[in-house]
Amino acid sequence: MAQSEQFCTFFLDGHFFGVPVQQVQEVIRYQEMTRVPLVPQAVRGLINLRGQIVTAIDLRRRLGMSERPADKLPMNVVVRTDDGALSLLVDEIGDVIEAEQKTFEEPPDTLKGMRREMIQGVHKLNDRLMHVLDIEKACRIMEAPESAVAVR
Amino acid sequence: MNDADDIVKEFLVESYENLDRLDRDLITLEKNPKDSDILASIFRTIHTIKGTSGFLGFGKLGAVAHIGESLLGRLRDGTLVLDGEITTALLAMVDAIRQMLASIEAQGSEGERDDSALISTLTRLQHDPEAARTEAAKSEAAKIELAKIELAKVELAKIELAKIELSKTEAAAGEGGAEAAAPPANIGAILMERTGVTPAEIQRAAALQKEGDPRHLGEILVEQGAVKAADVVEALRVQRVQRTARVSTAAASDSTIRVDVGLLDKVMNLVGELVLARNQVLLFANRLKDASFLAASQRLNLITTELQAAVMKTRMQPIGNIWGQFPRTVRDVALGCGKEVRIEMEGKETELDKTIIEAIKDPLTHLVRNSVDHGIELPADRVLAGKDRVGRLTLRAFHEGGQVNIEISDDGAGLSVDRIRKKAVERALITAEQAARITEREIFNLIFLPGFSTAQKITNVSGRGVGMDVVKTNVEKIGGTVDLQSVLGRGTTVRVKIPLTLAIIPALVVTCGGDRYAIPQVSLLELVRLAPEQAKSGIEMVQGAPVHRLRGRLLPLVYLSRVLDLCDAEWNPQEGRPVNIVVLQAEGRAFGLVVDEINDTEEIVVKPLGKQLKGVNTFAGATIMGDGKVALILDALGLAQKANVVSERHDRTVAEKELSAAEKDAGNRQTLLLFQAGDHGRMAIPLALVARLEEFSRNKVERAGQRKVVQYRGQIMPLIEVAEAVGESASAATDANSRLQVLVYAERGHSVGLVVERILDIVEEDVVLDRMAERAGILGSAVVQQRVTDMLDVQGVVRAADPESFAVAAE
Repeated sequence: MAQSEQFCTFFLDGHFFGVPVQQVQEVIRYQEMTRVPLVPQAVRGLINLRGQIVTAIDLRRRLGMSERPADKLPMNVVVRTDDGALSLLVDEIGDVIEAEQKTFEEPPDTLKGMRREMIQGVHKLNDRLMHVLDIEKACRIMEAPESAVAVR
Repeated sequence: MNDADDIVKEFLVESYENLDRLDRDLITLEKNPKDSDILASIFRTIHTIKGTSGFLGFGKLGAVAHIGESLLGRLRDGTLVLDGEITTALLAMVDAIRQMLASIEAQGSEGERDDSALISTLTRLQHDPEAARTEAAKSEAAKIELAKIELAKVELAKIELAKIELSKTEAAAGEGGAEAAAPPANIGAILMERTGVTPAEIQRAAALQKEGDPRHLGEILVEQGAVKAADVVEALRVQRVQRTARVSTAAASDSTIRVDVGLLDKVMNLVGELVLARNQVLLFANRLKDASFLAASQRLNLITTELQAAVMKTRMQPIGNIWGQFPRTVRDVALGCGKEVRIEMEGKETELDKTIIEAIKDPLTHLVRNSVDHGIELPADRVLAGKDRVGRLTLRAFHEGGQVNIEISDDGAGLSVDRIRKKAVERALITAEQAARITEREIFNLIFLPGFSTAQKITNVSGRGVGMDVVKTNVEKIGGTVDLQSVLGRGTTVRVKIPLTLAIIPALVVTCGGDRYAIPQVSLLELVRLAPEQAKSGIEMVQGAPVHRLRGRLLPLVYLSRVLDLCDAEWNPQEGRPVNIVVLQAEGRAFGLVVDEINDTEEIVVKPLGKQLKGVNTFAGATIMGDGKVALILDALGLAQKANVVSERHDRTVAEKELSAAEKDAGNRQTLLLFQAGDHGRMAIPLALVARLEEFSRNKVERAGQRKVVQYRGQIMPLIEVAEAVGESASAATDANSRLQVLVYAERGHSVGLVVERILDIVEEDVVLDRMAERAGILGSAVVQQRVTDMLDVQGVVRAADPESFAVAAE
């Protein structure tokens, strides 16, 4: 049997992304957030997840994409990290899909900068490409201030 | 985990506890070698460890304990007398046992270690009394040794005697069973210790008993004229006390259980969640205005509060738990540097949250070591300086204002201000110019700077500073503060203030830029509100830096919205809005934080921020508010640093220096709250007596019997019109919409509200009370701010109005 993995997928500015399903704790609709001053823009705020305080990171900002239209509310993909739960703000949620290891490929050399750092690679699916997000790197915000500046 | 592991685990937990006590006991015993109770307790502990380790198959541990036990045995018999050398050896044995236990805990075995040196020392001390004693004593020891052997033979008979005596005086049950364990000192030994009876005499008596004499040992001895009958009775009483002590210890352990700290943490977290849920329910209850729902939620409120208090209590531990090891630390350090130090402790029973206890253990140990190592002088120097050759180290702990204060003071050489100043400049920690200006207290606090501690030669010269920055960092990490005071030649006092608990704290909620922020009450000094018309004149500029004159001192102002980058717009004083200033304290320096709105105080549950946000030291954490939204908790120190209030070290005003100088010698200087009550003129009460200032709308006032009351923090608080209490007519203004100004006075859990007309000011003055004007409710009058002001007799007024609640408190 070929090596395969399940991915929780979502959309960001029209791009198709996926994160390993084992790392996803839950997917919830938009939550009211409390903004945190003095931190990089990518940190959108704090949400109350059943009594637990979870930092929400806007992946559009993190990946240096254009701002989400104001009328579109983001969804929360809550992932588990070594440092507890963390919420990734995405545009829309896709299906859980299964991708085989053999369809995986490293990102092309032409992809540069922090997007390359945060994208592990792509899965060549039948109808499109799925970007695999490196959650650990995407969450490492305070330790990489230069990329945070770039987001602004 | 299987049974064997469980047994080992239990053995480890018990032994660790016992070892900690052993350290203390040995130090106490060294001071008072004749205390047979302590000696017996030490002996028992080692005996238990020896027995259990043998049973569990820890041979090395057993061997060390065995040799220690033998040495202790000789001490117990009186063949040896405890001295410094033996104490050191026994402490070394305790350390070795502790290390082996740690190794058993980590690897399951005692580990590869060589205890032969320790064993030979212990053996030598045991078999070579020469080392500790004089020749004469030695021959006596041999005699006693002989007697001891004989004594052992009559053990049984004596136990019989004690039993009969006991049953005569009290119906003590289960005594026979208790005999099996380490028995209390036998009657012969007690008699030998307390009276002049010789071992030979006891031996003779015992021999008689053995030959069939039916009488008790005591009886025989009395008959022979060796001891007085009264002495025998006394000895029996001593023996009985020892036994009862053992029985009651057993009873105490029956009423307590061991609980895993992890479980307690979980319960604590759940209570935290419950507090949040309660806040939410209360919010709904107030909105729905359904009477029965309101009643139910009030009940929930009370129960939650009680539950919270009870759970907090389970995590409380007396500070004595960590102080217990200090006598040992002090002894070791003092011995190492040839000093003589006596340690005194006050307030051992002061309780603190377990996590805090753990967090302050190392800083306190460090401070204690420092005091002995650097603070206290060598005995010869002390004598030269006209002091007692034995240095004194005092540990004091007490509760004050929701915080625990711990003081470590020594009567040593103190710190030289000039030397610290010089060294700080040399190390480029401050400029020469700054050095000339900063106050004495700030100079002492320089030794907490990281740069100060690293250079070895500085610590050699100036005395202190090894890792003081680490102490400070660790204490501040748990929301505490460190302060140092010293008088050259007289000694040094380090004062550590720490919160009682970390998990749930009272906080002030403010709004800024549309968001709510919580400020821990600990760092809060007072609130100042400038009305729109005062806003312009109340805020002045010093070279672009806004300041406010607060009781004659310049208070630097920090705009929260600007510190947090919430808006780029320049502050505009003509806004026509009131200015809310939250006066905060960081590193002993006050500053005013200007916020949009001041909401209320609330008990908040502190939750940590994720790693992504840890780097921002402006925030101490986050909390969930009653409406379920998240609010950030501001860190006063972080804010001050961000706004450069603390680091700038800008000079204090001359006025302030004079003030602080005046403070030192003015014993009567008090902070007073000035107010107006009814038509009566200005009145004042010490601010210390006011728990809070509150404003209630008049329609919130309800009646309970004859009294006016308001609902306040889930309780019914009676109101007292100050004007009426002092025999004046209350003010005519009874507009239902006007606000009542209330001073909340609290005593032993009872709150009472003092209704006043208007709060005027808070001032600091020397109070000279003139009793001429003394009458009901008035203590007298004094001149405050050049005006005659009556001093309200708060206690008197409160007791007159509510004799029941406060009658008990009066005693």
